Amino acid sequence: MDKTIIIDKAVIIVVVFAVTMLMAMYATLAERKIAAWIQDRIGPNRAGKGGLLQPLADGLKLFAKEETQPNTPNKFLFKFGPFLAMTLALMTSAVIPWGDKFHLFGRDIELQAADLNVGLLYIIAVLSVGVYGIMIGAWASNNKYSLMSGIRAASQMISYEIAMGLSLIGLLLMTQTLSMREIALQQEGMNWNVFYQPVGFLIFLICSFAETNRAPFDLAECEQELIGGFHTEYSSMKMGFFLFAEYANLFISSAIISVLYFGAYNYPGMSWAVENWGVNIANVIGIFALFIKICFFIFVYMWVRWTLPRFRYDQLMNLGWKSLIPLALLNLVVTAIVILLIKN
Amino acid sequence: MSTNTYSLSGRKKEVSNKKLTWTEKIYLVAILKGMMVTLKHMFKKKVTISYPEKTRPFSDVYRGKHMLMRDDEGRERCTACGLCALSCPAEAISMKAAERTADEMHLYREEKYAEIYEINMLRCIFCGLCEEACPKQAIYLTKSKQIAKADISRDNFIFGKDKLVMPLEAAIENTKQQNQA
Repeated sequence: MDKTIIIDKAVIIVVVFAVTMLMAMYATLAERKIAAWIQDRIGPNRAGKGGLLQPLADGLKLFAKEETQPNTPNKFLFKFGPFLAMTLALMTSAVIPWGDKFHLFGRDIELQAADLNVGLLYIIAVLSVGVYGIMIGAWASNNKYSLMSGIRAASQMISYEIAMGLSLIGLLLMTQTLSMREIALQQEGMNWNVFYQPVGFLIFLICSFAETNRAPFDLAECEQELIGGFHTEYSSMKMGFFLFAEYANLFISSAIISVLYFGAYNYPGMSWAVENWGVNIANVIGIFALFIKICFFIFVYMWVRWTLPRFRYDQLMNLGWKSLIPLALLNLVVTAIVILLIKN
Repeated sequence: MSTNTYSLSGRKKEVSNKKLTWTEKIYLVAILKGMMVTLKHMFKKKVTISYPEKTRPFSDVYRGKHMLMRDDEGRERCTACGLCALSCPAEAISMKAAERTADEMHLYREEKYAEIYEINMLRCIFCGLCEEACPKQAIYLTKSKQIAKADISRDNFIFGKDKLVMPLEAAIENTKQQNQA
């Protein structure tokens, strides 16, 4: 194996990790700012210019807090919960193509940690394991509210994963590949999947809200009934990890939506840019395009959170099982028929 | 006419238990409408006032921190009669009188003056009765927007003459303006 590949991948992994952390940090500030604007307020503006240092202050505060632990027989699992939540939130980023191939030092560098040929499957797998952090943490807390929250998170995940998977199969029929890079390559120019799979996109978006445990599907942590749910018993940086994992998830799932449905790093006029300005410059613009898309979806997540009230539990289940799954199945069948007709 | 069909306000609505249609059941239209409402609010004027950099406009009859006035020659007007303390419903004012000596003629207007004059800001209700009771027009409630600063010691809320007496510069400024007019 070529040594340079190891260096390339190491650099990409470190950069992706750092960028994910940075985005998660500033997502907390963006969340508070957007919440404030929607409620006709200004939002945090004391730490740094326009509140830019607020995430640092929050992080420092969490570090400085006293660490308490409930009297639970599962001391290991109690610590393992936040660790798992954070790890799984960061793991998904491995297969996301952040940009096309760079041509540097006389060789091609792929901006992707691992180009798995089953990348899509990997994402579904990691997303479904993602709930384990919450479940384990909630169960180990030895607290009835936390347990309720863990049960809710698990059942919600099971219900919405089906619809999510079905909507992805519709996409899969079109792309004929599970590799994220090839899906990205197929959407060259404005040939984005969202124009061919609008219903599939909608279902995927709704299920992503549920998978990231965000409003209006934040039944796992609803403050009013479950006093914070799975992180009731957590304090200091362990709680910070749970909260941080939520924002890392937010960033990653926005990235997945952008890659699967909104053309990844492709932008109109990319081939022209490659011809006239060279591969590298066109790629840098591509990365920016991807980040603009990601930021837009992060904004949509927050926008929805501060607009909608939380679903009641039966509404959540009705929506998942009685509306989204039949709709996803219908979408799948229609896609299959259309593809069959076109091929003949 | 029975009360079932009759509405005094004209806003009476029959509660219906109708089943939601399919489009209503997937909530999408309602959600998009709601999101448009919140989007509009994002660009509205913010209601926050960044205190202490900015303060709310106060009413003309606002009563703030007290001030012990000086006359046009810069002498303290207070004669320590105690009427303000007597009128105070919150018992916030206390004072100790002293006699003016010959070399203090330029400091105090009357023969008797307040050696110690204290207002307990934790007790004061800013009603302005001291202002009304004062026969020498010595105490006024100013329009100062600076409310007593937060502190952990109760002693610091008892304002003495050092905090209450009108600063000399202000008295000089006042006299200048009066002479000009």
